[in-house]
Amino acid sequence: MFGKLSWAAVPLDQPLPMMASGAVALAILGVLAWVVVRGHAPYLWREWITSVDHKRIGVMYTLLALVMLLRGFADALMMRSQQALALHSGGYLPPEHYDQVFSAHGTVMIFFVAMPFMIGLMNFVVPLQLGVRDVAFPTLNSVGFWLTATGALLVNISLGIGEFARTGWLPYPPLSELTYSPGVGVDYYCWAVQISGVGTLLSGINLVTTILKVRAPGMTYLRMPMFCWTALASNLLIVAAFPILTATLAMLLLDRYLGFHFFTNEAGGNMMMFMNLIWAWGHPEVYILVLPAFGVFSEVISTFAQKPLFGYRSMVLATMAICVLSFMVWLHHFFTMGAGANVNAVFGIATTVIAVPTGVKIFNWLFTMYGGRLRYDSPMLWAVAFMTTFVVGGMTGVLMAVPPADFVLHNSLFLVAHFHNVIIGGVLFGAFAGYTYWFPKAFGFRLHEGWGKAAFGFWVAGFYTAFMPLYVLGLMGMTRRLQHYDVAAWRPPLLVAAGGAALILIGIGCQIAQLVVSIRGREALRDATGDPWNGRTLEWATASPPPAFNFATLPRVGGTDAHWRAKQQVGNVNPGAGAGGAGAKGEAMEYQDIDMPRNSPTGVVSAFFATVMGFALIWHIWWMAALGFAGAYGTFVIFAWRDRSEDRIPAEEVARLDRTARRGPEMAPDEPARAVRA
Amino acid sequence: MSAAGLSAADVNAAVPFVPDEGGPAPVRIVVGFGFWIFLISDIVMFSAFFAAYAVLVGNTAGGPSGMQLFDLRNVAVETACLLLSSFSCGLASIGAGARRTGMFQAAMAVTAVLGAAFLTLEIREFGGLVARGAGPGRSAFLSAFFALVGCHGLHVSAGLLWLLTMMAQVWAKGFREDILRRMLCFSLFWHALDIIWVALFTVVYLMGTTP
Amino acid sequence: MSGGDEPVPAGRQQPGDTAPGDQPSEAGTLHGITGYVIGLLLAVGLSAVSFWIGPSHLVWAPSIPVALIVLAIAQMGVHLVFFLHITTGRDNTNNVLALAFGILIVFLVLTGSLWIMANLDRNMRPIDEIMRMQR
Repeated sequence: MFGKLSWAAVPLDQPLPMMASGAVALAILGVLAWVVVRGHAPYLWREWITSVDHKRIGVMYTLLALVMLLRGFADALMMRSQQALALHSGGYLPPEHYDQVFSAHGTVMIFFVAMPFMIGLMNFVVPLQLGVRDVAFPTLNSVGFWLTATGALLVNISLGIGEFARTGWLPYPPLSELTYSPGVGVDYYCWAVQISGVGTLLSGINLVTTILKVRAPGMTYLRMPMFCWTALASNLLIVAAFPILTATLAMLLLDRYLGFHFFTNEAGGNMMMFMNLIWAWGHPEVYILVLPAFGVFSEVISTFAQKPLFGYRSMVLATMAICVLSFMVWLHHFFTMGAGANVNAVFGIATTVIAVPTGVKIFNWLFTMYGGRLRYDSPMLWAVAFMTTFVVGGMTGVLMAVPPADFVLHNSLFLVAHFHNVIIGGVLFGAFAGYTYWFPKAFGFRLHEGWGKAAFGFWVAGFYTAFMPLYVLGLMGMTRRLQHYDVAAWRPPLLVAAGGAALILIGIGCQIAQLVVSIRGREALRDATGDPWNGRTLEWATASPPPAFNFATLPRVGGTDAHWRAKQQVGNVNPGAGAGGAGAKGEAMEYQDIDMPRNSPTGVVSAFFATVMGFALIWHIWWMAALGFAGAYGTFVIFAWRDRSEDRIPAEEVARLDRTARRGPEMAPDEPARAVRA
Repeated sequence: MSAAGLSAADVNAAVPFVPDEGGPAPVRIVVGFGFWIFLISDIVMFSAFFAAYAVLVGNTAGGPSGMQLFDLRNVAVETACLLLSSFSCGLASIGAGARRTGMFQAAMAVTAVLGAAFLTLEIREFGGLVARGAGPGRSAFLSAFFALVGCHGLHVSAGLLWLLTMMAQVWAKGFREDILRRMLCFSLFWHALDIIWVALFTVVYLMGTTP
Repeated sequence: MSGGDEPVPAGRQQPGDTAPGDQPSEAGTLHGITGYVIGLLLAVGLSAVSFWIGPSHLVWAPSIPVALIVLAIAQMGVHLVFFLHITTGRDNTNNVLALAFGILIVFLVLTGSLWIMANLDRNMRPIDEIMRMQR
């Protein structure tokens, strides 16, 4: 009746997962209770859960990422503490737990922190920067988010019901086959990633179509902000790469569920093909993550240097070159797997080549800063830290791109240090920069700058303290994923690394404090003008937060940095009179009715059924899986049957909302960076 | 070095694509293009299965190979069914474009019958293979075969469900703009399935039985 | 630098972009059907040749896979042009570029995978096989 599911699935004899799931369950119940008792449930349902507004969905993606960052970081703390203790000892995490911890750490951080963070920023910002009202397919956007949340939910359920995979964040066969992983762990992984992968693909299709087909009048390709170009490249990669992940995991699932022989030891299976296919996805994936971060830095650096981005066209070329080249290097993840020297050489050379366009970008950012009037608010601090940190990480990557070097360093802690170097230094610093930079646009008040600088300090210090020793350890011969070891010389660097993790923990604490303090003191931090940083692109031409329709009339774009041009031309401070409309020229604003897409429960309901189906498939409860699938299909049919897809906002309402936004400047306190430019 | 130093005409002249002067594209183009991008992603997914098949085609583990298993007459009939269904789907598109309900529903019905015939033949083929002990668990080659051809068959099945839904929608609500957009997407999907079938019968069946 | 707002016509419809799958011109029904008939006949012809050539002994054997691939690509082209109405006109540029991007990725995945896996196969033979080869 319930497949493999029984009460034995709950790990009552293991204190750590029980305490963790207990704490999480209590926290969730507490939040739910608060929401219901305070009467916020209808508001939440109406304004957030069923919202198809790209701004709301972007915020929800980011919130998911931040919450899952805590989960992934908890795993990191456990790994660091285990390794600090486990010299000539078993530490406190037995191997079968430690294996789940490092697998969950990687899975959560890549799929449920880094991806949602970047997708969230892109979702929020791209339509605003393009000067339009929403993405191409708003309801599909909602579906994509909720499916990603489903994946995250399934991974977290595995903590309390069953177990997680022990294979690492990429489940290599034959370990991940049924023979060697008979439990549900690998199934939890596969279904969580498959379901959220569908969500990610939907997001990719959405943003590609939006950037290519839905832009403000006059915004040609070469007038788009740089963030939109990197978003385009990243989403093209999503469209091209995620299907490979879907197919490969499907093959593994076919092996596990239906006795197929894609990757098995027997009957002719070829397990090396899994590595080949999964890395054909896996390498583009890391560029999917880092390209939007590059875009964030382009925006931040030009804004805080108060100069246009240097070398716009070379940046565009470099971005698209990275996009294409990222599909030509994937073998460097398995140089040691036995391909001949010529294959290794070709992919090694291609890997070093891909560093060139990245270098072009670094130089362009440096030249943007040179001669600018630099302001070091925390987004800019993150950008500067990124440039040094990412270059170091990139260089170690180029080092390992040389196959003979990689033969020594593959799967050592040197590798681990390298990819954390580029992911934290690139993706995470970019995420934090974007989060701080666009927070006022999303919520109407800035984040507290003092706590932001503190968080920055602890994060950067913590990162270097935690990961530089790992480079040393890799060169000393320590491999990754060790639950215990008996080389005494490794312990001191591991202790230092654990100290670094503690510093990062303080940094995260500062970020939590920053959020609390900022919300409490939001009136003092209010962004009344909509343009707190003296920005250059169109999102700063709207109020903070923007009305649902973003722009009362779509801006007419005459060049890059459209908002900045408009501010120069108009010559006054009123940001609402920027490219967003003709108000400052004294012309009468002609407001028209605006049709906005209606909210829909399609996203959350289909995700609910997807969760049911995923959980049922994991535990082999076939009737429940069929029910889940039927429910999801039915949800789509019902959605397809609706007669009204849009709500009309009458012109008077548009006018009222727009004028409320424009009243900003008279109410604004002195804005230090808002000098008038002639 | 920013583009601002150039005039708008210079900027636009440098753009290799059609400059979007008029703002967001019409909804039909947006929807069609979005679905086109989805199809591209689907084709990439199929290529992963094709790659796996090509790698595993020789791994018969002592079991039967394509030469012993494939019935080319059956494949020829399946090909005819799918090709004719593509043609009838095209007629349905023309009917929808001309708002001729009779032509549309008749052509869609023919498409459905041909698609169902294709699926029937394929399911029979699969059943026959399994009965002969040549199921997907027999060898890696058969795993790859069943997965690749089966994936295409699943897509055809989903397409059939979609087809019936389109017929129902047109019957219930007529040729509304959004229903016409979905019909555009459906026809893209159905034609793409035939394109993939061309690759399938060539690589799997014809190359698999070449002496 | 402050060139001012360029005069750009606002709200004008997209000049002549075509959705993929749409026929570019508002052709009559009969003309539309003709296109599909031609496509069908060409596709049937190409399929027939493929089915005939595969098991045939009249053609030099090693050339058969090449011929099959060429015929398949030709037939895919027929589908694209006659059924999907993909043209090289300016109004179809985005559609063609998206397709080209997809084809590039497919090409990279297929050739890359086949090259890598063949290389691995050659280099990773079971040890007794290698020893037998060396004897």
